[in-house]
Amino acid sequence: MAETKTIALTINGRDRKVAAPANATLLETLRELGYFEVKSGCEKGDCGACAVLVDGEAIDSCLALTWTVAGRAVTTVAGLSLGGAKHPLIEAFEKSGAVQCGYCTPGLIVAAQSMLKDTPEPDDDDIRLGLSGNLCRCTGYTKVFDAVRDAAAVLRGAESQA
Amino acid sequence: MTGAPQDWTRAPNVNLRQVGKPLVRTDVPGKAQGRTRFAGDHVMPNMLHAKVLRAPKASARLTRLDAAKARALEGVVCVLTAADLADRRAATDIPGQTGRKRLATDQQILVRERVRYHGEPLALIAAETLALAERAADLIEYDLEPLPGVFDPVEALKPGAPIVQGTDNVVATYKVRKGDLEAGFAEAERVVENTFRTQFVEHAFLEPEVGLAWVDENEVINIRVSTQVIEHFRAIADALGVAHNQVRILGSMVGGGFGGKEDVTVEIYLALLAQATGRPVRLAYTREDSFFGHGKRHPFVITHRTGVTQDGRITAVQITMTADAGAYVFLSPYVLLYAVVAGPGPYRIDNVHIDARAVATNNMYTSAFRGFGAAQACVAHEQQMDEIAKELGLDRLELRRRNFLRTGDEIATGYAIESAVWSDDCMTKAWAALGERAPEDGPVKIGRGVATYQQSYGRITWLHDTSEAWVGVEIDATVVVRSGVTDIGAGQVSALAQIAAELLGVSLGEVTVYNSDSATTPLAGTTTATRALYMTGNAVHLAAEALRGRLIGRAAEEFGVAPSEVDLAESRAFVIDAPDKSMALKDLVGICASEGIHRSELAMFRAPFTGEIDPETGQGRVHPDYAFGAHAVEVAVDTETGEVTVLKSVGAHDVGQAINPAAVAGQIEGGAAQGQGYALSEAMIYRDGELMTPSFSEYLIPTAMDMPRVQSIILESRSGLGPFGAKGIGEPALTPVAPAIANAVADAIGRRVFELPITPERIVMALREAEPRKGPR
Ligand code: FES
Ligand code: FES
Repeated sequence: MAETKTIALTINGRDRKVAAPANATLLETLRELGYFEVKSGCEKGDCGACAVLVDGEAIDSCLALTWTVAGRAVTTVAGLSLGGAKHPLIEAFEKSGAVQCGYCTPGLIVAAQSMLKDTPEPDDDDIRLGLSGNLCRCTGYTKVFDAVRDAAAVLRGAESQA
Repeated sequence: MTGAPQDWTRAPNVNLRQVGKPLVRTDVPGKAQGRTRFAGDHVMPNMLHAKVLRAPKASARLTRLDAAKARALEGVVCVLTAADLADRRAATDIPGQTGRKRLATDQQILVRERVRYHGEPLALIAAETLALAERAADLIEYDLEPLPGVFDPVEALKPGAPIVQGTDNVVATYKVRKGDLEAGFAEAERVVENTFRTQFVEHAFLEPEVGLAWVDENEVINIRVSTQVIEHFRAIADALGVAHNQVRILGSMVGGGFGGKEDVTVEIYLALLAQATGRPVRLAYTREDSFFGHGKRHPFVITHRTGVTQDGRITAVQITMTADAGAYVFLSPYVLLYAVVAGPGPYRIDNVHIDARAVATNNMYTSAFRGFGAAQACVAHEQQMDEIAKELGLDRLELRRRNFLRTGDEIATGYAIESAVWSDDCMTKAWAALGERAPEDGPVKIGRGVATYQQSYGRITWLHDTSEAWVGVEIDATVVVRSGVTDIGAGQVSALAQIAAELLGVSLGEVTVYNSDSATTPLAGTTTATRALYMTGNAVHLAAEALRGRLIGRAAEEFGVAPSEVDLAESRAFVIDAPDKSMALKDLVGICASEGIHRSELAMFRAPFTGEIDPETGQGRVHPDYAFGAHAVEVAVDTETGEVTVLKSVGAHDVGQAINPAAVAGQIEGGAAQGQGYALSEAMIYRDGELMTPSFSEYLIPTAMDMPRVQSIILESRSGLGPFGAKGIGEPALTPVAPAIANAVADAIGRRVFELPITPERIVMALREAEPRKGPR
C-alpha cells in the first residue's frame, strides 16, 4: 500500500486538510471528496474533462499527483462563481448553447478561464489553441467559440470598470 | 407518382409561443455550473468496485481459467467466471417494446470456451477498492490456445474460412429488385462503376460507460447507468433469469451516446455482481475499456454501377454492399437494412438492384452508430454522384438536381415519400453559403464538395414502435412531464418541456421533466434512430393536448363562451377575442381540482405499423418517414504533405419544425465535427483482430484546432410526422458530412481516395500514382 499523508490545500476557496496516498491523482482525490463536477474521460491527459485551475492555471487533474498541489489553490467549475454572481463564462456557455451532453463542459470552462487570463481579447485561433487540450464530441466547438468570446467581452468590461 | 405538391407552406394560424424559440435548454444550467450528476457521480455506502478482465486475443480457445489466487486476495469479494453463470446468455438483438426477437443472436456473457474478439470478457471482479479489483484481475490465470481467425468479411465468405457465427458467417442479407435493371442499363449512355470503402469508427463519447447497481429490500435489482435505452431492463432480467419487474434501470443525463450506448454495456455485469455479493457495486470503464467495450461503426465495401444518360438522368443502379459484422450479431441486420434503404441516395431511380450482406469476422463486433448504415451508404452514393458528373462533364449540383426525389416518388424499397423533399433547396443554400473561394497558394489547393442524403427518422415500421408520456398540472399551475426517454445530450428532455409549455400556456421554467426511470416514468422507447423527438414529442403532445382540452373546456364554461374561443398563455386562460376575460391558470386548476376534473393524462403515440418487406424484392415500407438536406464544405489540401484543412463547413437541413433552433444548430455543428473525423482522421485499426488504437492519442477525434466555425441553415417544411411537423436532425446532421469532405478533397487534388479515412498518406499516395513516371522504364 502506498504511503498516505495529510496535506493542506484550498479547494474552491475553502481550506482543507486531505489525507491522500502518494499515488493518488488530484482527479481521484477531488472526486473522492465529492467534487463530482471534475470529470474523468481518459485519465491519460488526452481529453481535458478533468481540468481544474491550480493557482489560476488550468491543468489536467488526472496527471497531477495530489501531494504536488499541497499549499496551492484548486478551483473547479463550481468554484468559479464564488461570491454570488454567476461567472461570465458559465453564463455565456449557457446562453450560447455551448453545452450538449455537458460532460466536457466543466473542463472546457476551466480551460477557457485559464486562457482568458493571459489572452483577454482572444480571436478564434487563440481560443482554438487555448482549448486544444479539451475534447468535445457533441458541439463541434462552434458555440464554444461564441461563448468564450462573449465571456471575454464581459470580463473585459468588468475589468475596465474596476 | 408525380404531380404531388412540391411547395409546402407553413401551416396557417400557427402562433407558437415557446416552440421554435432558441431557449436555453432546461438541462444546460446544471451542466454548465457543474451541478448535474451523471451516472458515475453516484456512490453508496458499502459500495464495491468492479473490473472486467478481457481476453488479449481475437480468436482462441480458453483451456484454463483459474481465479483461486484472485479470490484469495484480501478485499476481493467476488470473482465471476463463465463457470459461475450456468448457461446464462445475453440477447444482442434490438431493444424493443414489442417482445419480438430474432433467434440465434444471443451471446455468451463471459467466455466459456471460445474467444471470438479481442477484449471479450473472461471474468468479473468486485472488490473493496478499485486498486484491489485491478490487482485481482492480474492474479487470474488463464491459458488461451490460438485458433485460426478471420478478419475480413470477404475472406470470411470463402469456403474453408473459420466460422465465427452461424454456418457460413453470413449474419444478414438483403436484396432489392425494383424495375428492370437490364432495360435501365440498355437505356444508359454511360455506365460508371466504383468501389468505396469505409472503416471501423469509435463513438468516443466523453463519458465512458459507467453504472452503479444495488439490490433493494424488495429484491429488485436497481441499476443506475449511462444508457440510451432503459428498456434494456427486460434483456437484463432475461439474462439473469429473473422476472422483468425485478430489474429497474435509472438513467442519468448521458455524457454522449451516438449509438454507442444503445446496446447493453455494463448493466449485466453490474447486476450479476450485485446479486452475487448483496452489496452495491460500481463499474466505471476506463477509456481503454470503452474502446474495447461496445460495438463500432461497420466498415462497408460498397460498389455502385450506375447507368446514366448523356444529359445526366440515372436510368439504373446496381449496388453491392458487404459489411463487417464482427464477432457477434448485435444490430448488424438492421444497420445493413438502413444502408440498403438509403443505398441509391435521395434520387429517383426506377431500376435498382441491391445485394447486401453483413458477415461475421473475429474483429470487434459492430452495431449502432449515428447514421446507422445510411451514413456509409451516403459515403458511397455521394462520391459516385461526383464521379458520374466528372465522367459526363456536368456540374455536380446540376446532376443531383436532375435526379432528386420529389414528394410522391418511390425510394429504392418502393415506399412513396409523403413529406417534403427539400434536397435541392438545402443543397443550393449550403453551397451558396460557402461564399467566396479561398485563394490557392503554391502546393495548397482548394476544393469544394457537397453531399445530400436520405435519412430515416423513427424505427423500422414492422417493430410497431410506441412511446408513452404523462403530463400533469399541479395545483399551483406548474407542469410535470414524466417520460422514460433518455437524454443523451441533444436536449431530448428540454424539447419535451418546450412542447408541454407551448400547449399548456406556461413558461419553460414552469415545467419539470422526470425522465429515464423504468420504475416511475412511462416507457418512452429508446433514444436512438432519431426517434426521441418524433415519438416521445408526439406522446407529450398528445397528453398535453388532452389536458389542455379539459382545462380550456372548464375555462370556457366559466367565461360563458365556446372552448374554441379560449386559449392558454403566460399562465392564464383567456378569451381570444376578449383578452380582458381571463383568469390565472392557477385559479382554473384550483377549480378543476376541487371538482375532481382529471389534471393529468397518460398518452401513447404509435408510429405507423406495417408488416415486413418482401424478402425477394425488398419492396415495402421500412420507416415512418425520411429527412433530407445537404452539407457543403471547402477544404485546403497541401499537396506536398497531404494535410487537409476544412475551411468552411455548412449544413442545411429541412428539420420539419425546429422545436429549439439553437439545439438544432448544435446538432448540425456536432454532426459536422463527427463527420469530419470520420472523413479525415478516425480509424479503429484492428491487426489480425487486435485493436491497435485504444486511446485518444492513437484514435484522433477532431479538436478545437481542427474545426472551422460550422454554419447551420435550418429549413422548416412542417411536413414531418413529429410534433408541429418536425422531422429529426440527430443522425441527418452527420450523414452527409464525410462524403462532402471526400468530394472536396477530390475536387482540390483532381484524384479520389476511395477509402476513408482520407489520411495525408493516402492523399500523397493518390497524387504519386497520378504523376507521370520519370525516366526510362
Ligand atoms: S481525464 Fe484527465 S485529461 Fe482526460
Ligand atoms: S458537450 Fe458532450 S462532449 Fe462536449
